[in-house]
Amino acid sequence: MNLRRTRAMASKELRHIWRDARSLIIALALPVIMLLLFGYALSLDVDHIPTLIFDSDGSPESRALIARFEGSRYFEILGFVDDYRTIERSIDREECLIAVVIPKEFSRNLLTGKEVQVQLIIDGSDSNTASIALGYAEALVANHALALQSAQEGGTQTPLPVEARLRVWYNSDLKSQNYIVPGLLAVILMIISALLTSLTIAREWEMGTMEQLLSTPLRPAELVLGKMSAYFAVGAIDTVIVIVVGVLIFEVPLRGSLFFLAVSCFIFLFGALCWGILISAIAGSQLLAYQLGMMTSFLPAFLLSGFIYSIENVPAPIQMFTFLVPARYFITLLKGIFLKGIGFELLALEVAFLTAFATLVFLTATRMVKRTVV
Amino acid sequence: MRVVLLLPPIIQLIVFGYAVNLDVENSPIAWMDQDRTPESRELLAEFEGSPQFRVTHLPAGEEEIQELLDRSAVQAVVRVLPGFGRDIRRGQRTQVQILVDGTNSNSATIISNSASQVVARYAGRIQGEQRTRQRTVSGPGPVRQGPLLSAESRVWFNVDLKSQNYFVPGVVVNIIALVTLMLTAMAIVREKESGTMEQLMVTPIRPIELMLGKTLPFAAVGLLEVLMVTGAALLIFGIPFRGSMLLLLGCAAAFLLTTLGFGLLISTVSSTQQQAMMASFFFFMPAFMLSGFAFPIRNMPLAVQYLTYLNPVRYFMEIVRGIFLKGIGLDVLWPQVMALLVLGTALVGLSVLRFHKRLD
Repeated sequence: MNLRRTRAMASKELRHIWRDARSLIIALALPVIMLLLFGYALSLDVDHIPTLIFDSDGSPESRALIARFEGSRYFEILGFVDDYRTIERSIDREECLIAVVIPKEFSRNLLTGKEVQVQLIIDGSDSNTASIALGYAEALVANHALALQSAQEGGTQTPLPVEARLRVWYNSDLKSQNYIVPGLLAVILMIISALLTSLTIAREWEMGTMEQLLSTPLRPAELVLGKMSAYFAVGAIDTVIVIVVGVLIFEVPLRGSLFFLAVSCFIFLFGALCWGILISAIAGSQLLAYQLGMMTSFLPAFLLSGFIYSIENVPAPIQMFTFLVPARYFITLLKGIFLKGIGFELLALEVAFLTAFATLVFLTATRMVKRTVV
Repeated sequence: MRVVLLLPPIIQLIVFGYAVNLDVENSPIAWMDQDRTPESRELLAEFEGSPQFRVTHLPAGEEEIQELLDRSAVQAVVRVLPGFGRDIRRGQRTQVQILVDGTNSNSATIISNSASQVVARYAGRIQGEQRTRQRTVSGPGPVRQGPLLSAESRVWFNVDLKSQNYFVPGVVVNIIALVTLMLTAMAIVREKESGTMEQLMVTPIRPIELMLGKTLPFAAVGLLEVLMVTGAALLIFGIPFRGSMLLLLGCAAAFLLTTLGFGLLISTVSSTQQQAMMASFFFFMPAFMLSGFAFPIRNMPLAVQYLTYLNPVRYFMEIVRGIFLKGIGLDVLWPQVMALLVLGTALVGLSVLRFHKRLD
């Protein structure tokens, strides 16, 4: 392999990148936009749940229960209604998520020591928010029940005999940014490789400049390496942007070794970019290359890597498939280095896979380019 | 081209449908029992009986717990300290320690809540037994087995709280939007790149006729894909479909107006296919994220929530979810449809204005 030719290829590609200002700006702005989105705008945390109260009783006892809901930061009382129709309409229009229905006999039953139930009507469409909201609401009612019970039995609170003491590891304030920002790095790098590199060779074929390249003494391996190096520069800049913004602005802890982080990013980027070039060599047109790139790089990185949706909760055959997704290993590495502070000993398997992937894809890409020559 | 149009949507539907899942079930947990009494074993039975948890490891010591959590082999560790059973038999309050892996804060919240509930259920049972024992000692009296006050939950639209029912309709929106946006953007740019645009320009064809002619086929394809992906969603995932198919197609047409319009706009500002693709992705990604697909709009900062009023994907998402899960009709959805029509006409109008029948 001739380094001079490789460098020539890389500098040609860099010039192409530099001249296409629009694409370059998008490639650099994309991480910033995604960081802003995922860091500030997008959140699965549940509070200020819009609530409606349907109080058929109107007694001091029912008002005591309502006061609990009013005092909780999880619930925001939208208003008081008198019938089910209004609740229905409100839920249909997505104005309210949960409605608390207090039956007529509420105070009567409580005062005579008979059992009574309040109804919680919840919009189940968004099952995640609904489950969490339901959990909070049921816990609130249960606490109120305990308070009532102990009041009845003579003033001293007899709490439950067994209590759960919870401790959260690695991310004790449960900040969703802490787990999203490290994962975002993997997604962004995959997007860059899918978007930029997957088009590069296909474009040369469509433009007709590929034949010109092939008539030079340039070898396929040099072609691949040269092109990849140019995009590597863009990917490296994006990596630095994400890490700096993540650590400085979002205060994501970086408990592991920065050197190990850099090495992992390097290996992953190499593999991802070569994968893009491989797709580019196989696909006949830019359109097809783009589609393939989206489907094999971006989608798996986003959905099947454990970025937001944990792999443990996915059907078994798809879990098997995720072992083939390089982003999955990279995200394990990232979360481990950022949040858990673990090192090479526990992450050796992931590093090994990524290295194997990078080497394999590089060799295959070179092979594919050679094949299309003949 | 046929492959590009028909295969990716189905693949995306399957991948999204199965992978996008926030339900927390069968979470692997570790159980460390330092007490080993009948009481601690009863608590273990409670956890094993719950569909949310799967006891996969029985660590012997601290380092093993550390390693299991570091390796993400388990998502939580339940630890029963020595003296647990003795305290319960004596009627004294006691504790159970639960360590949760907080790396994924969403799952961590759900797991914490579930684990607390399992412990609370066990505690409630113990309390019931203690009370029965007390009454047997102190004599007959009113016996109340259950708690005085409890909550009865009624979940509407998605009774089993399956997150698939929430996400798969959203995937339909995503697929349609992405395909039509990208194809339209590429359609005109391709001609620019390969030089055939100049040939088109010397014909008497007017800008609006050119654009309509280019985009109407994609509109037809888009509607076809709505049918196809919806059918696949119903067949493969068993998602409920409670509304009117006709309304869905009508609203899809209104939505397609916006995506095709935006695709056209992108094609008027791009000179290469790469630029067109990058631009469409660059705008599609935030539009998709801010549409309420995976992250509720309600949770977003207020300024961002106002921004989503300009996002056509948001409206179509509400329409699709409403028709699939709630079976609502035009009487509830007319504001969304109006918004789509307004945005669509604006985008198409803007593209026509920008399209210069010149060589530049």
